[in-house]
Amino acid sequence: MITRTEASFHHWRRSGGWLGVVVLVGMIAVALVGPLALPDPASQPDIVAGAQPPSLAHPFGTDELSRDVLSRVVSGARISLAIAALAVTLSLVLGATFGLVAGYWGGWVDAVLMRLVDGALAIPRLFLLLLLVTVWDHLTIVPFVLVIGATGWFGTSRLVRAEVLRIKSEPFIQAAQALGAKPARIVRRHLLPNTAGPLLVAATLGVGNVILLEAGLSFLGVGGVRPPTPSWGRMIFEGKSVLATAPWASIFPGVAIVVTVLAVNLIGEALRDHLDPKNA
Amino acid sequence: MTSLLDVRRLTVNFFSEAGTVTPVDEVSFQLAKGETLALVGESGCGKSLTALSILQLLPRAASIGPGSTIELDGEDLVPMDEAALRAVRGGRIAMIFQDPMTSLDPVYTAGSQITEAIRAHRDVGKRQARERALQLLEEVGIPDPLSRFDQYPHELSGGMRQRVMIAIALSCEPQVLIADEPTTALDVTVQAQILEILDRLRRSHDMAVLLITHDLGIVAGRADRVAVMYAGRIVETAPTDRLFQHPAHPYTQALLASVPRLTGPLQRLSPIHGTVPNPDAWPAGCRFHPRCPYAFDRCQQQPPVRTVSDGHETACWLESPQ
Amino acid sequence: MTAPSSPPPLVRVRDLVKHYQRRGVLRASTERVRAVDGVSFTIPTGETLGLVGESGCGKTTVARTVLRLEEATSGSVRFGEVDVLALQGNDLRTFRRRMQIIFQDPYGSLNPRMRVGQAIGEGLRIHRVVPKRDVPERVATLLAEVGLDASAARRYPHEFSGGQRQRIGIARSLAVEPDFIVCDEPVSALDVSVQAQVINLLTDLQNRRGLSYLFIAHDLAVIRQVAQHTAVMYLGHFVETGPTTEILSRPHHPYTQALLSAVPEPDPSSQRLRIVLSGDLPSPAHPPAGCPFHTRCFHPLKDGRCFTERPTLRPVGATETACHYAED
Repeated sequence: MITRTEASFHHWRRSGGWLGVVVLVGMIAVALVGPLALPDPASQPDIVAGAQPPSLAHPFGTDELSRDVLSRVVSGARISLAIAALAVTLSLVLGATFGLVAGYWGGWVDAVLMRLVDGALAIPRLFLLLLLVTVWDHLTIVPFVLVIGATGWFGTSRLVRAEVLRIKSEPFIQAAQALGAKPARIVRRHLLPNTAGPLLVAATLGVGNVILLEAGLSFLGVGGVRPPTPSWGRMIFEGKSVLATAPWASIFPGVAIVVTVLAVNLIGEALRDHLDPKNA
Repeated sequence: MTSLLDVRRLTVNFFSEAGTVTPVDEVSFQLAKGETLALVGESGCGKSLTALSILQLLPRAASIGPGSTIELDGEDLVPMDEAALRAVRGGRIAMIFQDPMTSLDPVYTAGSQITEAIRAHRDVGKRQARERALQLLEEVGIPDPLSRFDQYPHELSGGMRQRVMIAIALSCEPQVLIADEPTTALDVTVQAQILEILDRLRRSHDMAVLLITHDLGIVAGRADRVAVMYAGRIVETAPTDRLFQHPAHPYTQALLASVPRLTGPLQRLSPIHGTVPNPDAWPAGCRFHPRCPYAFDRCQQQPPVRTVSDGHETACWLESPQ
Repeated sequence: MTAPSSPPPLVRVRDLVKHYQRRGVLRASTERVRAVDGVSFTIPTGETLGLVGESGCGKTTVARTVLRLEEATSGSVRFGEVDVLALQGNDLRTFRRRMQIIFQDPYGSLNPRMRVGQAIGEGLRIHRVVPKRDVPERVATLLAEVGLDASAARRYPHEFSGGQRQRIGIARSLAVEPDFIVCDEPVSALDVSVQAQVINLLTDLQNRRGLSYLFIAHDLAVIRQVAQHTAVMYLGHFVETGPTTEILSRPHHPYTQALLSAVPEPDPSSQRLRIVLSGDLPSPAHPPAGCPFHTRCFHPLKDGRCFTERPTLRPVGATETACHYAED
């Protein structure tokens, strides 16, 4: 039974999911095609004039190096979205694998894996990243993605493990065992599909996290993205010095981050509902 | 006997995305002082919602439909405000539920929950309440009440927890006790104990008991009268012996025929074919007709309630479906 | 336990024991829970053994250890000529085809994210019962056998009622063509009006396919309907075994008598003796010494012997009873 308010909430969620898809697809399309039509994000047409407010020629204005903020936001989308997508995928694969293995096999396997995860969770991720970034002075984008991905799965693995422990005691898992299904089959056909819900939540939270993390690291000036390559976080970092006089240089990449994270969260919620056969 | 609790044309509506459904549809029954009425039906027939609507503890999405009256001693409970209802709940009408684990608060001891219930409705001191609580524990057959008093729900077995629930329900000497599947979660030997206690307490306190169950077995020999519910409606009401010996409604007949027995000739069970319909897909007319072996054209219309004999009523078009 | 006329036993269980180690929270001390404490039984081909007892008596653990869903502490389980407890790895997985289980909970027993056809087809695929291309056809046959429409294969479990789900679970078990099925309270969670459907279906399948069942139930009336032989279990022990008709008409163990008298019969005229046991089931972690039932026993001859010496099953009348004073 569903109440009226709950019903309209469901409706909102469904349309919200589509809104998220439209926004994200639009964002990706613009990131792919946009740079072809827009001015070179590195070009500095009028460096003497400095930061200019939004105008017809530069709808998002220009930064203090007179670069077009719109074209930088657009090409920054490529970097930020790519980093987020790759890092989150890596995190999910690692988190799901460790969670499934620990939860399904249990015993000492579980104990060892989860103590390792506990240990990793005890160290703040930012600290870990800063450490790594400091050790490798020249962290290019690919290792940067690997590092973010490899440090982002601890929570996911706990989530998946908890879910596996819950599902493992359900009779349908015992039925599969009684049918003679191999462990790999039970994990693949029964456990994994039933952990899709928490995995998706982890993924959507992860995308938001990674974008913000990249922004944060870039803001601190230690990220994998080096100037003049634009990423959203990098842009906010660079706009900080002129925040009072030219806020548009930071606001637009900030808005891009907020919109993306929101879109991804909406998609995640809708997907989770959709994947549940009860709502199909 | 005049009726203590008089429920007339009780309707419960649920609002959902798909529209409004009516899981309880014009249910009427009376309960006299000192009497046990069993409300029997399968899952989803609306029996628990009926019980909850008496105390107006319905889920938020549900509401009691217009025209329904629930009179306790001649006073209608339906239009009462929250404050007045609170005085009725636990005070004049008490309720016990199927799952005694979730209906007890895990962080308080059994004793403190009983004393709290006593003090919620009566102006008594702590010591008096404690004495009364111990007395109640004794009354519901808890051995060594002094040590049980200070135990937490998780330290008690299912049967003991249900006894504590009964003690709480009794704490304010209610006129009516609603027992919603009180023994379904318990083992048969413990079930027998609990039913015995309920019966004894009903007699000693002169309470009226509304026993809600899916099990015709526990009705026999425990209830004075039985009301059989199917798909939101009462299809038959009769004195217990009468119902078991001369069931008038085809659903009651089929239900009795489908139950495996311990005695009598061993023969193949005769099941009711089909499944219990959901409230959003209740058939028109007599709701049992798609599963009824005697269904005919007229069953497309709702049959009126007909008196079979004194106190025996049924809603079926057939005079004697055999 | 088997009558002379009975066919040869398919399942032979001897002295099955399952103890769990329960760790204390703080100390390294462990507590031993005697879930199953030495039970023996046989089930002839095509027959049913009913296993009755209250929750926590160990009846489900018996089933799970026999099926190797849990490892027995000791004892032997023979299935035909196969030593079930000795099977390992692939041998065990291949052997699982021959023994299946039907669960109590019709909601948890099916993977909510698997279509009914996939669920029933899983066993067919694992054991290559039929060539891959014939799987859908076989699924349809199985659905028909349990009384469901072939279109059910494309739907998800949540679209079905409890009784229908139970049929789906039965079809899944039948898919691998087992000889033996454990029915673990298969009708307890169902509505009264559909219980009979499922009981009849199980009986029909047994007759048609020559299946053997271990039928676990707490309801003796259900057991009467399905089982030729019955074992009554209490705190990890069998307290009485024998032909079902004898157990129901002339029970010798006080616990069987109490259990029988506690069954609610929908017949107010039946003037059966009502024995209401006092107290609860003791914890299997701390079973009473001597006879496990002595804490609740009402036998007039109960004495010191019951507190110290555990009675073993011995023939009394037409059943075997574990009570020192069963004759009186």
